[in-house]
Amino acid sequence: MKTVRVASGLGFYGDSWEPVKAAIERGGAQYVCSDHLAELTLAILRKDMAREPAAGFTRDLVPMLMSLWPLAQPRGVKFVLNAGGLNPQGARDALVAAFQAKGWHARIAVVTGDALLPRLDELQAAGQTLAHLDTGADIASVRERLVFANAYLGAAPIAQALAEGADIVLTGRVADAALFLAPLVHELGWSLQASGPEGLDKLAQGLAVGHLLECSGQGAGGNFGSAGAWARVPDLTHIGYPIAEVGEDGSALITKAPDTGGRISFHTLRQQLLYEVHDPRAYFSPDVVLDMGELRLLDEGADRVRLVGARGHARPETLKLVAGYEDGWMAQAVVGFCWPDALAKAEAVVASVKQQLKERRVPARELCVEHLGLDTFLGPHADRSQADELNELWLRMAVRCDDKRVAEAFPRLFPWMALSGPPFMGGFHGVGAPSQLLGLWPALVRRELVESQVTVSLTEV
Amino acid sequence: MKLRLADIAHARSGDKADRADIGLFAWDEAGYRVLAELLTPERVAAHFAHLTGSAEGSSVKRYTLPHLLALKFVLEGALSGGAAHSLRSDNLGKTIAAQLLRMPLELPEETARTLLQGARAAIEVF
Repeated sequence: MKTVRVASGLGFYGDSWEPVKAAIERGGAQYVCSDHLAELTLAILRKDMAREPAAGFTRDLVPMLMSLWPLAQPRGVKFVLNAGGLNPQGARDALVAAFQAKGWHARIAVVTGDALLPRLDELQAAGQTLAHLDTGADIASVRERLVFANAYLGAAPIAQALAEGADIVLTGRVADAALFLAPLVHELGWSLQASGPEGLDKLAQGLAVGHLLECSGQGAGGNFGSAGAWARVPDLTHIGYPIAEVGEDGSALITKAPDTGGRISFHTLRQQLLYEVHDPRAYFSPDVVLDMGELRLLDEGADRVRLVGARGHARPETLKLVAGYEDGWMAQAVVGFCWPDALAKAEAVVASVKQQLKERRVPARELCVEHLGLDTFLGPHADRSQADELNELWLRMAVRCDDKRVAEAFPRLFPWMALSGPPFMGGFHGVGAPSQLLGLWPALVRRELVESQVTVSLTEV
Repeated sequence: MKLRLADIAHARSGDKADRADIGLFAWDEAGYRVLAELLTPERVAAHFAHLTGSAEGSSVKRYTLPHLLALKFVLEGALSGGAAHSLRSDNLGKTIAAQLLRMPLELPEETARTLLQGARAAIEVF
């Protein structure tokens, strides 16, 4: 039976590609599938692009491939990456230039058509309300403030690019797991048009594989949420990202390269399987709806887990779109206090800042107060029994304003307290520029309206 | 016997727009049965009322996955508008699973011992 090995690339913009080397050199990887776009990332890329129109893709793309291509090329390993972000052609141009400078050869494909901001009027004219998926609100309320709107594409255009001979496929927004499903479909002859249970279950297995691999080290014992057990995951410094060996019949084995750190087991994999899926009985993707209800993860020896029982249901008639809209500015300041009375002094500062905001009539829409090191993460579930005797405490105050200039003024409410406020202030951080806040707007759009405009173009370097 | 959920379970959390999404995992089948019984949506909602603004059970969706010895909780409106909109340090809700693991439990002596032993045994070999 034919099998194919897909390996996890990055799990986010800024992740390490060092572990990918082991997957290529001794993990038998045939494809490296790399997810650079968290929900938030397009917002970051949008800010980049506002400063520099040629930007808008994730800047880790070029250095990553400069490092990995010399290992991958002799072995015939291919790449699928959504590093194109808001500007897949720009990503391609940057990569082509870098390859040319080295005298390297590759076929690089670009998938476009996910970016819908310029098409919103047309889509609405075609009957798409683009109402907020959760609240049903009218998109008119944010329409003027939208900065991006991208649909999650499925595996089809990536599989097409591979069929056309691409060595490297660059996309913008696609469903994360589709990065992995596409090479499986291409190599194993699966049909994305499947409607019977057999075909749908294979796609569901592929989607589950993609979901297990899309967050790099989180599928190999990284970020293993636990008390104590996390410390038993070996050698996280040299973690091996997960690799899946998938057969024509949909059978799937999750493993990692030999002599790497991390752990692939029932325990570590199920944390990733359920990560951010919302309803595990109906995990939507553009290609299949995955039902994990009968899914099992079976340990088959050290760092080998068999995945069985994913069930698939027919793909939806709509694609998910996520738009981002400008929603004010955040400014923050952080001040540190030493014992004695560290908490009481921090609270005095909070009271003073609130008083200043009121007296100056600062139009702050929201104020966030955090006691770093005391209860920022656990909130009311934190242990505050020593709160009156703290060795030290960092106070963080953040504010949301509509106006950037108001946000810029916020940190200036603090420095005077170094000489005129409570004693033993030991540090002040917070004169940096305010950051723009974005609201996310999820909506549905009929798939044929998007897919009819999707293009795949191949460039040879 | 008084325990914390962290003594008998592990968990990971993340975000999806303004929803926090938590997977909670028993170390063995006995643990799963206890978690499924104790961790009702109402109880989890009360635990997270400070994030969702509501102690009503309806603010939490619960899913059971017996083959994976897992429960999943989705907390509506728990992330202050979502990652790019939130003022919080943990704008992605990564530490919300830890908050869940802080939950105090009161279990019959024998049940508690069995679950603690099960957890210890699973961690030894995991």
